[in-house]
Amino acid sequence: MSDDTRLFLGLVSVLVIASLVAGVLSWRSEKPLPATLENLNARIKAWWIMVAGISVAFLFGTGGVILLFAFVSFAALREYVTLTNTRHADRWTLLGMFLIIVPVQYYLIWIDWYGLYSIFIPVYCFLAMPALTAMRGDTSRFLERVSEQQWGIMLSVYCISHVPALVTLPIPGNEGRGLLLIAFLIATVQGSDVLQYIFGKLFGRHKVAPSISPSKTWEGLVGGIASASLLGAGLYWLTPFSPFEAGGLAALACIMGFFGGLVASAIKRDRGVKDWGHMIEGHGGMLDRADSLVFAAPVFFHIVRYAWT
Amino acid sequence: MSANGASLLQTVSGAVLAGLSRAVTGVRPIWAGSAPYGRQRIYFANHASHGDFILVSTCLPFAERRRTAAVAGADYWNAGPIRRFISGRMLRTVLVERNWVERTADPMQVMLAALDAGQSLIFFPEGTRNMTEEPLLRFRSGLYNLAALRPDVELVPCWIENMSRVLPKGALLPVPLLCRVVFGAPLVLQAGEERKAFLERARAALLALAPRKDGTR
Repeated sequence: MSDDTRLFLGLVSVLVIASLVAGVLSWRSEKPLPATLENLNARIKAWWIMVAGISVAFLFGTGGVILLFAFVSFAALREYVTLTNTRHADRWTLLGMFLIIVPVQYYLIWIDWYGLYSIFIPVYCFLAMPALTAMRGDTSRFLERVSEQQWGIMLSVYCISHVPALVTLPIPGNEGRGLLLIAFLIATVQGSDVLQYIFGKLFGRHKVAPSISPSKTWEGLVGGIASASLLGAGLYWLTPFSPFEAGGLAALACIMGFFGGLVASAIKRDRGVKDWGHMIEGHGGMLDRADSLVFAAPVFFHIVRYAWT
Repeated sequence: MSANGASLLQTVSGAVLAGLSRAVTGVRPIWAGSAPYGRQRIYFANHASHGDFILVSTCLPFAERRRTAAVAGADYWNAGPIRRFISGRMLRTVLVERNWVERTADPMQVMLAALDAGQSLIFFPEGTRNMTEEPLLRFRSGLYNLAALRPDVELVPCWIENMSRVLPKGALLPVPLLCRVVFGAPLVLQAGEERKAFLERARAALLALAPRKDGTR
């Protein structure tokens, strides 16, 4: 059995078990179902759809995965910009973000031009965007608008684009297995989110940042990241790493993922919303699901690039 | 084409526009007080963008969308062959003449005829696109007159969120932003209710659906 088939079957078995557990819990619970259980059912259903979507993208290879993450960036950027202060003078900059920056960044990854895709946004776009906004003449809250646009393009496009960029890393001995590296990163980081949620629900006592998120606890954090690192070590066969290295990289990605979730919560708290959007039932928006990946992907990418290529 | 049902071109372009507006705005209806299906209706909404009625009709179930037409200004939509083709052939519109010095048909008669043919209407009681900083302009009398003459038709308030940021006046390309349409509880004209009091109550009912300033919804 090939490694991708094993991974796929593994994911499906996890979802089948989760669905069975949730089904038994719902069956034994009093009706109507309590909100936690309703949410759990919606989340599991959404996971089925997300795993199906990701699997289809993987069937189409590198192109499919690049298209999938270009769409993730588009949806994330749309959610982000909706929450920012935009003025009429920002229209051309905003259109440029959606119609030029997203496609160009992912095209550069497609043609594997590392020298440009790693600086296209932080150098060229970060200078061009405020210049374009300034040319429109409206200086009201200028600094605020420009910073919000730049941070949005950084989070939703630059950082997320480093997930499919993993496929371009020329790791010796890993030829043709770049997609599995992506699967490793997604599985550990998303697994860590789920495990932190479970550990937090079971043992959560001490809140990490009570003013930002009531659901993030030290018990959930430590338990989730430790178990997700073990998961990462157990998935070493997807990667060019040894089990020990795989566990270490997974731990790093999960810690970054935790910070991503924390920063996303702070932004939502600032804007007075609970979720980024309403795209995925039970999960809120795209950024609610991708916030941990946003912080994990570029750091994971650059460490692997530095140490393994 | 019957007076009631949509033509094939209208059904197809309605579906295409609904798909497009979902792709750009990810629009989701929030049914807060009325069900997606119901009696014949007048959906009355805030108005700041040409995309508004497309957004409302996107939120309607297919069968309801087929019998729903938007009330729009004839002076704008009859100006030039392209606009006339869009409003007359592609979209389901009921065109009314707003300039009452030169008009040839009474807007009330045109709207009543559409209602009597069984259509639901999307109606903008402010009478024009709101370009001010105010969330909602004063309502014109049209809504009251329709409610008084056709008391069996449900009046459903719909608050359109964000569309004016997506496609403001004069813009050609939409900026992708998330939009929502909140459908509130139907309003009924009380026996003996004054025109001014009713319009004020309808306006308040629509404003009550808007998200509050602090961002909570």
